[in-house]
Amino acid sequence: MSLKKVSKDQPKDFEFNKKNLEEAKKAISNYPKGKQQSAVMSLLYIAQRQNNNWIPLAAMKYIANILNMPYIKVYEVATFYTMYNLAPVGNYFFQICTTTPCMIRGAYKLVDVCKKKISKKENEISKTNQSSWTEVECLGACVNAPMIQINENYFEDLDPEKLEKIIDKIGKNEKPQPGSYRGRTSCEPENIRKTLLENKNA
Amino acid sequence: MLEDKDRIFKNLYNDEGSDLLSAKKRGDWSKTKEVCEKGREWIINEIKVSELRGRGGAGFPTGLKWSFAPKEIGSRPHYLVINADESEPGTCKDRDILRFEPHKLIEGCLIASFAVNAHTCYIYIRGEYFNEGAKLQKAIDEAYENGLVGKNASGTGWDFDIYIHYGAGAYICGEETALLESLEGKKGQPRLKPPFPALIGLYGCPTIINNVETISVVPTILRRGAKWFSSIGRAKNTGTKIYCISGNVNNPCNVEEQMGIPLKDLIEKHAGGVVGGWDNLKAVIPGGSSMPLLPKQICDTIKMDFDECIENQTGLGTAGIVVINCDQDIIKCMARIARFYKHESCGQCTPCREGSGWMWRMLERMSRGEATRDEVDLLMDVTKQIEGHTICAFGEGSAWPVQGLIRNFKEEIIKRNNINPIFEEKKDIPYLIDQHLLEKENA
Repeated sequence: MSLKKVSKDQPKDFEFNKKNLEEAKKAISNYPKGKQQSAVMSLLYIAQRQNNNWIPLAAMKYIANILNMPYIKVYEVATFYTMYNLAPVGNYFFQICTTTPCMIRGAYKLVDVCKKKISKKENEISKTNQSSWTEVECLGACVNAPMIQINENYFEDLDPEKLEKIIDKIGKNEKPQPGSYRGRTSCEPENIRKTLLENKNA
Repeated sequence: MLEDKDRIFKNLYNDEGSDLLSAKKRGDWSKTKEVCEKGREWIINEIKVSELRGRGGAGFPTGLKWSFAPKEIGSRPHYLVINADESEPGTCKDRDILRFEPHKLIEGCLIASFAVNAHTCYIYIRGEYFNEGAKLQKAIDEAYENGLVGKNASGTGWDFDIYIHYGAGAYICGEETALLESLEGKKGQPRLKPPFPALIGLYGCPTIINNVETISVVPTILRRGAKWFSSIGRAKNTGTKIYCISGNVNNPCNVEEQMGIPLKDLIEKHAGGVVGGWDNLKAVIPGGSSMPLLPKQICDTIKMDFDECIENQTGLGTAGIVVINCDQDIIKCMARIARFYKHESCGQCTPCREGSGWMWRMLERMSRGEATRDEVDLLMDVTKQIEGHTICAFGEGSAWPVQGLIRNFKEEIIKRNNINPIFEEKKDIPYLIDQHLLEKENA
């Protein structure tokens, strides 16, 4: 599916901390007895969150042990899905949607901004502000295009200037506000809304 | 235009908040017990009468799908799975339901589970919708606290549990059998059908899989009556639908409208018109990226419902309308969609895995004007080799947009790519040169 490189520098050991172990147990309990393999995706997420937003091979082995499944099956899952990072990414991980609906509203201008302000190459961690960026496929917020995802938050209705401001803010260790950057709270048509007006005025 | 009182998703724009109290004010969770007391036969029949068709893209009649579930629970439990893996470019309707109308979805899950004899429901949300998932989880917790779901859910005597499962960025997991594989903790590669999931699905048990929007409209249909729902739109294409209008329009938006509303009305009235005026329109993708595009002359008159779209050689799909105006390079737009499909192919079937890459590379060259004129026919041939030769519908999904482009804009492609395949003049495009001829020349 996607081309992903496994990091060459791998930590030797990995173990869930106490809080995450509880969370993992809770995730396993969501599925019927004997079907604990279903929890592999949630456990990989937990591992990724604990380990600075990427999954080392040791974590896959550890998860395979917990769920009593072959290591290669965990590896298969981790490499198949694009949201599992197998190499370190920046503390702020910019994912720019460049699929057609975003592209025709100027997503590649955002890519240029990232190239200029973060790093020349995709997936390269910047030295100054600990960020990295990548192009991704449709993030499902086409009405609010162009948009990017930083860690788990969506930043919508952007243009190059607004993105530059966001990156500057992160450079100053401030948290930028997620959501629409044209003042929308939803997918409503700005200024010309014709439906559900009673609710709006209520 | 649909009147406000007939709209189902009253909180589509989050004017009132998504919590339980405001949801109850909008009429959610009322009469749930009474509806269930009428029995599963009545519920399934009512949905059949309403002619509700699945909102996830294929448009399969929902009542019919539910009736495939075994009537009695045998040795294996039944499952209900909600497909919230919304990844089709151009579509973002489920996201708004998850974050603004979660209680409609949860109530729908309860009723649907009751109708198909399932005690457990999994909602498969795409991993990127982390915040939306958190909002849904909050709503589920609220519902548990108030006894609306859980043991003896809403006083119906039916035990019902509901869990969220996050995907991790794979478009293919929106295909129902790939979704089941993913739920079981494997790679999301589609299964062969038959057996159909209604008999052998999740963990080998009977499973009904529905889209978020389909399930969310069910409680309202049952409360207001199937007759009301089927009176909107025309036969076989009934009810309301959330349309997502994105791309080159002045005010991109989601809007709930009746089935069969003219496309021009949607764009002009709700989305503020095409950037540069209606005459500046080049093409419209009517139903998410996997549906063939429509040229302007069809856009003038077409009505948006399942059957009329099929008559015009396209499909309603998820009703994610992407408007492309004349300022855009249409070949480049479709090349980007082809790249999306190349990236998202699961790699199981050779025609799709290899063909999606072929289509992308050829379209990229065509957008730069580096293809020969008979390559257009070759590309059409490639799409035909993919379509219908794969396990799941992804093959069609990746081939149709390219076919739509060639069907409607063949002249434009040829105009840009008018290189003579038989090599006469020297051109600096290495892959066009017949290497054997060159060698002879050198020899």
